[in-house]
Amino acid sequence: MKETLLLTKHMRSNPEDSHLIEVYEKSNGYKTAKKVLLQESPEKVLEEIKDSNIRGRGGAGFPTGIKWGFLAEDEERYLVINADESEPGTFKDRILLERDPHQLIEGIIITCFAANIKNAFIYIRGEYAKPARRVQNAVEQAYQKGYLGKKIFGSDIDLDVVVHLGAGAYICGEETALLNSLEGRRGEPRLKPPYFPAVKGLYMKPTLVNNVETISSVPWIVENTGKEYNKLGVEGSTGTRIFSLSGHINTPGNYEIEMGSSFGEFVETLGNGVRNGKDVKAYIPGGASAPWFRGDQLDIKMTIDDVANNNSMLGSGAVVIMDEETNLVSAAKSIVSFFAHESCGQCTPCREGTTWLEMILERVASGRGRTSDIDLLLDVCDNISPGLSWPPKMTTICPLGPSAVSPITSLMNDFRDEVESLIPTKILL
Amino acid sequence: MSWEDSLLKQAREIIDMYPQKRSAVGPLLHLAQSKDGYISDDSISVISKLVGITEVQLKSVSTFYSMYKQEPTGKYLLSVCKSISCEINKSDEIIDVVKDFTGLNNNETDKNGLFTFEAVECIGACGGAPAMQVNYETVEGLSPNNTLKLCEWLKKELPEVVVAEEMQEDFGGYKSFDWAISDQSGTTGSVPGFQTLKTTKERN
Ligand SMILES: Cc1cc2nc3c(=O)[nH]c(=O)nc-3n(C[C@H](O)[C@H](O)[C@H](O)COP(=O)(O)O)c2cc1C
Ligand code: SF4
Ligand code: FES
Repeated sequence: MKETLLLTKHMRSNPEDSHLIEVYEKSNGYKTAKKVLLQESPEKVLEEIKDSNIRGRGGAGFPTGIKWGFLAEDEERYLVINADESEPGTFKDRILLERDPHQLIEGIIITCFAANIKNAFIYIRGEYAKPARRVQNAVEQAYQKGYLGKKIFGSDIDLDVVVHLGAGAYICGEETALLNSLEGRRGEPRLKPPYFPAVKGLYMKPTLVNNVETISSVPWIVENTGKEYNKLGVEGSTGTRIFSLSGHINTPGNYEIEMGSSFGEFVETLGNGVRNGKDVKAYIPGGASAPWFRGDQLDIKMTIDDVANNNSMLGSGAVVIMDEETNLVSAAKSIVSFFAHESCGQCTPCREGTTWLEMILERVASGRGRTSDIDLLLDVCDNISPGLSWPPKMTTICPLGPSAVSPITSLMNDFRDEVESLIPTKILL
Repeated sequence: MSWEDSLLKQAREIIDMYPQKRSAVGPLLHLAQSKDGYISDDSISVISKLVGITEVQLKSVSTFYSMYKQEPTGKYLLSVCKSISCEINKSDEIIDVVKDFTGLNNNETDKNGLFTFEAVECIGACGGAPAMQVNYETVEGLSPNNTLKLCEWLKKELPEVVVAEEMQEDFGGYKSFDWAISDQSGTTGSVPGFQTLKTTKERN
């Protein structure tokens, strides 16, 4: 198994200075944007994106071409780049921001041309200060060159880009919460319907929200055609994707691959195997929100649909390996605590449920569990997401609540013995 | 209003970047924190007037986000990750070292105003777990021993500019990805070092 370098090609070829505009331009950077703006039509660009069949890289996997097509007509429309990357296990947007900010800006220029947008925002999580500085420098360089601002590349098109720092709230990765945050409000998700960003987004105007990796893929697609992109990967999961590999693995890191190989092959080749030659007990296929797979399920293919068919999700592309010695109850507790901390508090099942789950898991993990705790955990989960099915049923405004249920159903379905073994059978008074 | 003219000028420049004033609330709260080390009532009063919302509305925004501190922070904000990839790579040991060295519990600041400690959620350095940030500058591949050395170094050297690259070279280990790009920029307080906020400087 080998990497296929599209998005990470420039940064790999120029490890010391890929972030500079001169260097990016030497690798043919901004040529595509310039050509498109001066010679092509927005319809043609949209065609290429549709032909590529690329699906959003932020987690939900929605087809990008269709999303762009939904954008409602209006004089005032916005593009917002979602760089709030905070799903535990995920660090792939960080590499694109830190090492190839101009590729993202070129993607923004082409996207705004295709969608007739004059104002774009890059919403970067506040903790990503260094990546944000790199992007801000890159934006300034692009303005100096006349690639942003008024009449860019000598065309009659204007485009302004603002880099906006978040302030530590995972929920602001959810697109409608992000828009509230960008409007200077609490980062609380909005109800959909009616607040679909493509219709009522930023300042209630039609807004495209796309992930960093999605938009960074745009220059390659437009330059090489959507048909060529569509040939990479497999049907339903075309193109390349940057997977963040972490946990008990010999060589953690970001790897750009075509979708379609198995997780096992990924772990063995690019990950160079599990640390200290141990076995995998369980692994997370797509970030902390995703239900886990067992170590004997490493033959599942790394595609959006294969993972979904096995009742989990490829999500943000974060693969976390847990070896045979991992205390899975502690691992689940870490994830549930995360969601309890990050719940925005609007919906009772999420706000109260995640807090209860955290408390019960805490006492089970520390050997103070009660025999009734397993049923109690499942009951709380059922209140957050009735039926505990996949994809989860929702009682809440956004999917964060149901995400907190994932690690617990994984534990109960596949590792119930481990939970039971931690619960003392007799309680001494 | 009791912000100095220079700060007010900076605030107005930030407001001008946005189609609607209220969008500047986020960056202005960061700016307030860079001035005082937390969001003071005074800042709430100034910002609410600048963007035209009530103090209560602003307070409810400011308390929503974990990076806006409601109480004074130390010169160095030590944020150790406890999320999944770090958890299974023994972040608890890193947390213990920082707690022992500083004598602080979660979200506490010492009397001298030198350190604030917090255990935080994923900081996007999972490939280099366990990881932490000092004033939002990331160090990856930590060992308990090197974490102790990092704390001692901060206390002894009292660097004015905290630079990720410097800390990574001296105290870090395995990284999420290569940083062949030399970068001496860093932060000058317990806020993200960022050009728009004028909170970043090059180390000389
Ligand atoms: C709780 C939650 C957190 C999310 N966090 C992120 C995030 O950090 N980055 C991101 O791009 N998308 C995130 N998403 C998905 C966004 O809502 C949205 O689908 C995405 O930004 C759309 O871009 P895409 O179509 O290019 O993937 C999150 C969704 C939810 C429900
Ligand atoms: S599910 Fe949780 S995070 Fe999402 S809107 Fe409801 S309370 Fe907020
Ligand atoms: S889990 Fe610690 S940095 Fe991501």
